[in-house]
Amino acid sequence: MENILVLVHTNEGGILPRAALETVAAARALGGEITIAVFGEGASASIGSIAVDGDAFAVPRYSTDAAAAEALVRHSGATLVLAPNTSRMARCLPGVAARLNGAVDSHAVAVARDGEAVTVTRWFYRQRIEGSLSREARPWFILLEPGACEPAEAAPAAAVETLAVDAPSRTTHEGYVSPETGEQTIRPDARLLFVAGAGWTKKQPDGAIHTDEAADLILGFVRSAQSSLGSSKSLVDQSGEGQAVLPFLTHLHQVGQTGSTPRHRKGLATCCHGEEPHVVGWRFINDRRAVNLDPNCGWARGKADVLYVGDSFEVMRELNRLLAE
Amino acid sequence: MSFDIIVCGGLAPDPLQSLEPAPGPALKNEMMLPAVFDPWAAHALYEAAHLAAQHPGNRLRVACLAPKAKLQQVMMIMAQKLPFELIPLDGASNGFSDAMPTAEALASAIQALPDLDRDRLLVFGGWESATRGAGVVMQIVGERLGITEQFLAVDELRIDNGALVIKERVEGGRHMVSRCAAPPAVLAWATGNLPEPPNHPQTGMANMRTMMPALQKAPPTATASGIAFREVALPKVQRETRIVKDLPAADIARELAAWVKE
Repeated sequence: MENILVLVHTNEGGILPRAALETVAAARALGGEITIAVFGEGASASIGSIAVDGDAFAVPRYSTDAAAAEALVRHSGATLVLAPNTSRMARCLPGVAARLNGAVDSHAVAVARDGEAVTVTRWFYRQRIEGSLSREARPWFILLEPGACEPAEAAPAAAVETLAVDAPSRTTHEGYVSPETGEQTIRPDARLLFVAGAGWTKKQPDGAIHTDEAADLILGFVRSAQSSLGSSKSLVDQSGEGQAVLPFLTHLHQVGQTGSTPRHRKGLATCCHGEEPHVVGWRFINDRRAVNLDPNCGWARGKADVLYVGDSFEVMRELNRLLAE
Repeated sequence: MSFDIIVCGGLAPDPLQSLEPAPGPALKNEMMLPAVFDPWAAHALYEAAHLAAQHPGNRLRVACLAPKAKLQQVMMIMAQKLPFELIPLDGASNGFSDAMPTAEALASAIQALPDLDRDRLLVFGGWESATRGAGVVMQIVGERLGITEQFLAVDELRIDNGALVIKERVEGGRHMVSRCAAPPAVLAWATGNLPEPPNHPQTGMANMRTMMPALQKAPPTATASGIAFREVALPKVQRETRIVKDLPAADIARELAAWVKE
């Protein structure tokens, strides 16, 4: 029988990320008894029965987070450790698995029990191949992707044991910065992902390039629809090749094989082709629509739900007007 | 301040290739598929070379675990982009291989370097690979080397009075800024900010003079997997795409506006 530990962290202000409660739900679905451990700011007042708290653990940092996680896992004697695949956990838990001579699998999209065995489902080759696997090695650390299941209800623990952990560090946390443009890239709570492709910076029917208007149309839509903004690799790379660029786009916006794979209910692609390296970034977009001039482009081959063959400048101009009404 | 920079990287199938799983698991015709240097590791390498060029006395090496024949093909291309020394490990490595033994092999190769300067050591790599996509190798390499200052999804590194000022990607499209007092440190890079360097044949020729002998001596490296695969398959979903042609832009916009507001 597995000894299951749900290991979560708090964010600034002692708030639990949603992904932490999703992990609790996934652990409960496996059955059996679970222990919840929390580290971070205000951890001893959170949902865990064991915690590591204190100023040193308030900020994300490998050395302190790994020390806290190691102490909690050792104390619990867990054979199976479930944690949310947040940036903070992804940074520290693989190292903790190495310290405990265990195993680690990240980006799990499902965890299930098959008889006595626990199986993990995850993607390989940038969301192009799906596989399920199990392991004999213990402790086995599984990082569960945010959005993989519905969050559980969890109340603060009746009794909390706070562990004392010593964790020297040579790193100081200096804060957070947003992209200089002031524009959000991927908004986790947005319902829609808008992706701009390289066609926005190509010559239009009048023979000229209209990057200023393209920028206005794209940003106008992102603001009025409150959508996430992504772009194709080719558009981002143009900045390094001396071609016309949309100045607010950076590598942070890049969606696809070498970019992010965000999760949104809907996605709208404009001026980009639905070739496989790009479409892997859309793997977790449920409802996909695209606007471009080529009816034979990759989107038409079973990758989008609707492909509108039209001029994105004209469509977006009109769409922005309608959304502003 | 000078650094001893080691970039860990692997190979990945060319992103434009169609991939199909085969028993093993492996990729169908895996040895025939054209390979590239892993895109995330490549970003780390470009950033490493940029840093190395800024400070005299810096040293840049690349540790790579891959089948020797493929490694040679890919290094013929990478060698033309920037100067570096190669630490090759000849072994099977693909998306289905186990990250833990891969990391152990890389860490052992780094540890075995006779002239490793730990006080100046920066270990770079991609934040995950384009094959396994696990995002765990660099942390395990760091642990095995005893490095507790580690950074994941790095987009920027600045040297400020000997300290490392680092921007890491975190949730919500933000960067977290940290200051690490000094090396050693592990930096697993996201995309960074640098474009792919242009090819430079003279650099390639100079690199190959040291790389070819290193490749010939690449130690065979076995990586036992602790993974039991239950199933490996392509995603089955094929969408019925509705192609809307000959509709005026205003009508398309109306349909889209209703869809956005749904």
